[in-house]
Amino acid sequence: MALPITTGQAAGPLEPGRELTAAGQRRWSALRRFSRAIRTNRKATIGVVLMAIFIFVSLFPGLLTHQSPTAFSSDITAAPSAAHWLGTDNIGADIYAQVIDGTRNVMILAIAVGALTTAVAMVIGVAAAYLGGLWESVLSFVTDVLLVIPIFPLLIIIAAYFPNAGNLVLILVLSFTGWSYTARQLRSQAQSLRNRDFLLAAQVRGERSFYIIMVEIIPTMTSLLLASFLNNALYAVLAGSGLQFIGLGKSNNVSWGTTLYWANQNAAWTTGRYLWFIVPGLCIALLGVAFAFINYAFDEIGNPALRPLSAAKARKAAEASTRRRLASHGARAR
Amino acid sequence: MTELQTQPGPQHAGPDQEPLLRVDRMSRHFKIGNAVSRRTLHAVDDMSFTVGEREIVAIVGESGSGKSTVARVLAKLYKPTSGEAYFQGKPLSAIRSRHERLRYSGLVPMVFQDPFSSINPVFRVSHGVMRALKLHRPELSSEQRFAEAVRVFEAVGLNPGAEVLERYPHELSGGQRQRVGFAQALAMRPKLILADEPVSMLDVSIRIGLLNVMAKLRDEEDVSILYITHDLASARYVSDRLIVMYAGHIVETGPVDEVLGNPRHPYTELLLAAAPDPRAPLNASAEADRGEPPRVIDPEPGCRFRWRCPLAVEECHQVTPSLRELLPDHSVACHVAQAGTPTGAFR
Amino acid sequence: MAHALADDQNGLASPPQDGPTLQIRDLSVEYVLESGIVGAVDKVSFDVNPGEFLAIVGESGCGKSTLLFGIAQLLNPPAEISGGSVTFRGRNLVKLSDKDLAAVRWKDMSVVMQSAMNALNPVKSVGAQFKDAMRAHGVTSQEEIAQRSAEVLRMVGIDPVHLKSYPHQLSGGMRQRAMIAMAMLFTPELIIMDEPTSALDVVAQRSLMAQIKDLQREFHFAVIFVTHDMSLVRHFSDRLMVMYAGQVSEVGPTQQLFDHPHHPYTVGLMDAFPSIRGPRVQLTGIPGSPPDLARPPAGCRFAPRCPKVMPRCETNPPPDYELEGTSVRCFLYDGAPEVLSD
Repeated sequence: MALPITTGQAAGPLEPGRELTAAGQRRWSALRRFSRAIRTNRKATIGVVLMAIFIFVSLFPGLLTHQSPTAFSSDITAAPSAAHWLGTDNIGADIYAQVIDGTRNVMILAIAVGALTTAVAMVIGVAAAYLGGLWESVLSFVTDVLLVIPIFPLLIIIAAYFPNAGNLVLILVLSFTGWSYTARQLRSQAQSLRNRDFLLAAQVRGERSFYIIMVEIIPTMTSLLLASFLNNALYAVLAGSGLQFIGLGKSNNVSWGTTLYWANQNAAWTTGRYLWFIVPGLCIALLGVAFAFINYAFDEIGNPALRPLSAAKARKAAEASTRRRLASHGARAR
Repeated sequence: MTELQTQPGPQHAGPDQEPLLRVDRMSRHFKIGNAVSRRTLHAVDDMSFTVGEREIVAIVGESGSGKSTVARVLAKLYKPTSGEAYFQGKPLSAIRSRHERLRYSGLVPMVFQDPFSSINPVFRVSHGVMRALKLHRPELSSEQRFAEAVRVFEAVGLNPGAEVLERYPHELSGGQRQRVGFAQALAMRPKLILADEPVSMLDVSIRIGLLNVMAKLRDEEDVSILYITHDLASARYVSDRLIVMYAGHIVETGPVDEVLGNPRHPYTELLLAAAPDPRAPLNASAEADRGEPPRVIDPEPGCRFRWRCPLAVEECHQVTPSLRELLPDHSVACHVAQAGTPTGAFR
Repeated sequence: MAHALADDQNGLASPPQDGPTLQIRDLSVEYVLESGIVGAVDKVSFDVNPGEFLAIVGESGCGKSTLLFGIAQLLNPPAEISGGSVTFRGRNLVKLSDKDLAAVRWKDMSVVMQSAMNALNPVKSVGAQFKDAMRAHGVTSQEEIAQRSAEVLRMVGIDPVHLKSYPHQLSGGMRQRAMIAMAMLFTPELIIMDEPTSALDVVAQRSLMAQIKDLQREFHFAVIFVTHDMSLVRHFSDRLMVMYAGQVSEVGPTQQLFDHPHHPYTVGLMDAFPSIRGPRVQLTGIPGSPPDLARPPAGCRFAPRCPKVMPRCETNPPPDYELEGTSVRCFLYDGAPEVLSD
């Protein structure tokens, strides 16, 4: 369908007392559409709410606990009580505090790895697709080699060279192993864009390759880049916690994975200290769910064909259309 | 309804003056296949033609004729396999430094076919024009750039220019987007615009508007246009001279009314017979020809139209016909064509 | 053989019709979107008589393809038929169940799509696809399938050896012919074609049109041919229907429409085709764009672009006027008898 001409004023009524330019109005209405999309999509709502909780906890842990997560105390491996809601670990430190304080480290890990992996994958993948020729062959080869090596064993081997891996090491290790998958994806997307006329137009206009990659190609790939970021953040949460669980992390790092490590070391399952490992494990799972749901939600919001069709919704839509048909019938009969 | 002004006399250069564009025996081949079976696709073979100042030359051909490849070679997206093209007397192959390439791309810009993919959807439509101005007219200040952007938008019929510049591509119709393409080209102060099927994807009632813009650019902005199309009627409407291509070769060329009024090559006659013209009676002679695409992969010598030509003789199978001037300013590449009468292959 | 297949309909056969093969009455199709309802087709009515070639002409967004899909009952959500009837051989297709529709499909009415590469399965040979179609409609004998497949290919001028070919091995023109052959498997009474020639070059286009016309003369089926190119159907169609913004603006015998176009849109459309042979004149096309169908104008939908617009055109929607066999929706012809819908 040929699109009708729309005027600049596409937004709804102005806020009283505020004068917005046409561009400002457009941005405001986009924001309103965005928040409505999140409210109506169930996955988006769950994901955003969960993420908001975790972000809040990582920013303001002091509001939720005053205990130290690493303080020794005489109360060793105690059961949950009023003083220690989740009990204490093998040095007497409060487990609840560990979970709360650990949130920040996990979030830092997730966001840093997500961003770094995506950035590296973007540069390598898009350059490979756009430059073609020898560049493409070399970069693709490197990407594919890393892709073929099984990730978890590779992680373990690398991490074993850096015992007591703190946050920085974990970030680097996870990013190094994680970028290849995303690079492949971005390369495919960039390849499909490569012969779009607007890229040819930029080339014919005389733009340099670097400019074309950064300004013309990458902004059109924002949705894929966002999805990659969320995907890689999810990977970081799970793989990072996994590395810490098997003991490759710094043992006094405050993080869910480390808490799980100590829970395992102290046979929490058999000694009945269930909350010691259930709660950190649940947090890892929920944060993963948050990233995944937000990812799905962006997909569904952007592509209506992916939206779930529930029986109730279909029935409602059918009833509405019948009502409309009868109404128009009545109007014609007049 | 006013009679269209036909450009008086041959606009292309006389024998002493160097024409704006001179293509000399240019070929472009593509290697296809894999390591086991390597074959060569002769997209364009041995083409020679000229384009003068302030004229619109149409290259007409079907898919597989090589017409788009010609445009891309002239835009320096491909290098010719052999032969050379001279722009303002200078060979294209001599354009090597970044500065020279930039200058050439400003003088010979390209307008693309697909209004839906030729503009970056992420930015406003002002993006392309402003970049073009920044790259090619660095002497302008930023206010001057904006004023020039408004001027070129209005020159192609997008009014008011300042308002349309603020829109996103998805807010414009197909016809408007194609006008943006011409505006971007115009901003660079070109001498020759390569228009690769600019109206093929537009609605019929919108095409005329774009074609009129092209004529206006020729008359008022001192620009020549190489108009690539498969549509004979639009080529006739807007162009001064016509080049008919088949299977990578030029088969006929001359002033547009001369070629269409007095076709001498059987393929030109076939195109005329097959083209739908609501104001003319049906010509049934074209119906037998299925329109099968030409063979351009590892072709043998001989006329490439011989498989479909009802008048093919022995010589057509052995010798590739070259373009020769059959009538004043009207050249044909055919062994059986004669100056006096049409071949009557498809009458 | 052709007749034997056509009659095999599990007792759902109706007696041969004397009246129109297809009767469309007040058919409306809407797209139900979150942002609102878009009326793509607005109360369209027309007939198709047995053996007739009806061309539906219009530009992008006029609703012609949506109308076609509505007739063939191929609409998917969010598009839906919101009113009207599609009466084919006496039965309203809109009200039929999927099972009854399946009996009608391909046997009595078949569809040729715009791009064969989209409609043909790229990983199956042409013959395999013909076999699928025939098996789906109850033909089980291998011999019958093979014989009929070869027969329809010959009908469209393709050597039956190509039954073994894959779609990508055939040229564009051959693929479209294969599509038409597939549509002819059961020699239906009505074949609906959605711009089947638009992907082809001009010579292939002409050849295909002639082929379709020859087949029509031989097998007497009706054709609804949707296109944006009026000049293409000028010499092939019996009647021509011009659509604009979801409505029928003019419909009548092709020759009459070309010789004396009535509706200003039809006039404008015809003027938009530059001539190859006649004098070279400056044309203007039709400036402007079609209206936004989410918010259609109150009066005549062409009023904003009409060179002959009158004040009443902007407020009142014009009715259809009857003029010597042509129906025109334009106030310029006020005074002529109005077409009554039955």
